Amino acid sequence: MKVIAIIGAAPTSSACTEESGEVPRLDLPLTRREFLQGSGVLTGTLAVGSVLATLAPSRSWAVELRTLSAAEGETLMQMGRVLYPHAKLSDAVYALLAKDLDADAGKSADTLKQLRDGVAALDKSAGGSFAKAPPAKQLEIVKAIEGQAFFSTVRGKCITSLYDNDMSYTTFGYPGASWDKGGYITRGFQDLKWLPDPPAAASPPSGR
Amino acid sequence: MPTFDFNDDSVVVIIGSGAGGGTLANELCQKGAKVVLLEAGARQSPATFVNDEWKSFLQLAWLDPRTTSGTWRVAKDFSGLPAWICKTVGGSTSHWAGASLRFQPHEFKARTTYGDIKGTTLLDWPLTLKELEPYYTRAESKMGVTRTHGIPGLPGNNNFKVMHAGATKLGYKECHTGRMAINSRPRDGRGSCLQIGFCFQGCKSGAKWSTLQAEIPKAEATGKLDLRPESHVVKIEHNDAGKVTGVVYRDAAGKEQRQKARAVCVAGNSIETPRLLLLSASSKYPDGLANSSGQVGRNYMRHMTGSVYAVFKDEVNMYRGTTMAGIISDEAGNNTKRGFVGGYEMETLSLGLPFMAAFLNPGGWGSDFAWFMDNYTRMAGMWLVGEDMPRESNRITLNAAVKDKWGNAVPNVHFDDHDNDIRMRDHAFGQGEAVYKAAGAVKTFRTPPYPSTHNLGTCRMSANARDGVCNKWGQTHDIKNLFISDGSQFTTGGAENPTLTIVTLAIRQAEYIATQMKQRTI
Repeated sequence: MKVIAIIGAAPTSSACTEESGEVPRLDLPLTRREFLQGSGVLTGTLAVGSVLATLAPSRSWAVELRTLSAAEGETLMQMGRVLYPHAKLSDAVYALLAKDLDADAGKSADTLKQLRDGVAALDKSAGGSFAKAPPAKQLEIVKAIEGQAFFSTVRGKCITSLYDNDMSYTTFGYPGASWDKGGYITRGFQDLKWLPDPPAAASPPSGR
Repeated sequence: MPTFDFNDDSVVVIIGSGAGGGTLANELCQKGAKVVLLEAGARQSPATFVNDEWKSFLQLAWLDPRTTSGTWRVAKDFSGLPAWICKTVGGSTSHWAGASLRFQPHEFKARTTYGDIKGTTLLDWPLTLKELEPYYTRAESKMGVTRTHGIPGLPGNNNFKVMHAGATKLGYKECHTGRMAINSRPRDGRGSCLQIGFCFQGCKSGAKWSTLQAEIPKAEATGKLDLRPESHVVKIEHNDAGKVTGVVYRDAAGKEQRQKARAVCVAGNSIETPRLLLLSASSKYPDGLANSSGQVGRNYMRHMTGSVYAVFKDEVNMYRGTTMAGIISDEAGNNTKRGFVGGYEMETLSLGLPFMAAFLNPGGWGSDFAWFMDNYTRMAGMWLVGEDMPRESNRITLNAAVKDKWGNAVPNVHFDDHDNDIRMRDHAFGQGEAVYKAAGAVKTFRTPPYPSTHNLGTCRMSANARDGVCNKWGQTHDIKNLFISDGSQFTTGGAENPTLTIVTLAIRQAEYIATQMKQRTI
């Protein structure tokens, strides 16, 4: 067995300029505390027994917001649930809505203002907190702002945030890509049994 | 692949590499002509296609800015996206579902058959089905259309089973897995269908015919094709005599290039083709090229379309397998007892979860909408496609207020449904729902037309120069060496998916151009 000596070997990489192994303290713009301050963190837990819980490495989830506050994120999540109510869809997915709107808010001052003002208006209509209002009241409030720019922004974002991610695919039973699995020619493309098979003239047998 | 010199004025320049341009390029190369094929989009391949609806859309779709106007719902829900067509080598043949149906005989005589309907510009084609038959046959062989040339039909998926069961109960007689340009057996150097279910996103198995995978490689093999992707034509130039002399385009680096030409064939699909003719206006042609009739951009048709989706008690999993898995043709004929002229086809359709959310009911929300999404795996779906009426006011114009990245006016697509379109759609929705109810549907939904995937008629063929833009060969009335080579040529839309007819016309046009070049009339 060949032994490759490590101890005492001098580093030959020219990219390594440290004389000792110590990592110098860098003057980073944000400490962890500074990063979490002024932005929001949404957290939650995948429901026990949910299909996602069986697939995820951990049942806890967290979404960091860089511009919006956690309270604003929560409100947008709740608005998402009113717009597209799915009992079986985890909060983790609605948190993606908040995350995506937060990203847009970070890129555009106009969007940030629209979202901030929109959330504030929702809270005002609820007499304090939209997120804590009963569902019927939330629906009434959202219906009343249908057609407004803030409504359109959030509703439009829902289409991609809520339905174009792996968690949603799993929840709704859509497998996504199929090429990498050889298509469906051997994976049930004609496995429906609750209706009669069409005759061969209408639906010839596959060549395989 | 050769690179013909910019100053080589013996080449035929073809603008657009889709069903029309790609086929025309191959046919001309096979006859020994030198072809410069300019395609605005990039070159993809089965390796780069993705089984992901939104990612694929961003990869393949024409996303240059466009505007819309008119009472059609697309203008409200998708104001910047009048059409879902492609900007890629292969054009919309990368994206299409493969349905390959011939026009019916009376559809070439729409004006004679349907009469003088108020508010339409119905016109007979300057050619007949009989003249096209030998070319249809060649196109079906070229494309490997199932149920022609001894090619077996494709096997039907679950979505088709549902359609067939309902169709049979209703008494429909013409329901089968269609005439599809998708290999049911290996053929023409391409494999057979793996029922991947991402037909719209580019066929990764190569089973579906496209000019990218079938025509262009054959053209390249002749050594006569100079394909230039990422080359966006911005102007067609002409000399004092009015003959076209070449084109100006922006290359991949954005630099302006000028390619001389013996003849120019425009195949940019029915929005860009008229737009380019209009953008090429000059002092000699102040209204744009080939526009003495004023018809360039007019008579825009998008087919009567709509979809019906239905939820059942049990699983369907319609996403498994070909998107367009079967067809009912019983309603395609002209049967005025239904209250409208023209007919429509009923073709299965499936959307993935992301696109179902976007297109099932654009703008829709709330528990009713969510209920359908919750039942995604229990859904079946079909697309209704029928003949819409040509109208003078349905047109492509230049929108001077909005410019593209080259500083050129973007196209505006104006569309208003004709009453005939509305009555036909209503009937089709009703019949679609009836099919699914007969198969046991719990609930059905009438989905409005998507951004148009069929775009036709904006530089139409006509017997008289005053009624259209080109003659029975697609040669523009005004300029002998300028051709229209895509679906813009269609005088009327028929009930059928247009690709087979576009390919057919391209095969025939290539013969004509080659003959004209030989006789030195071009």
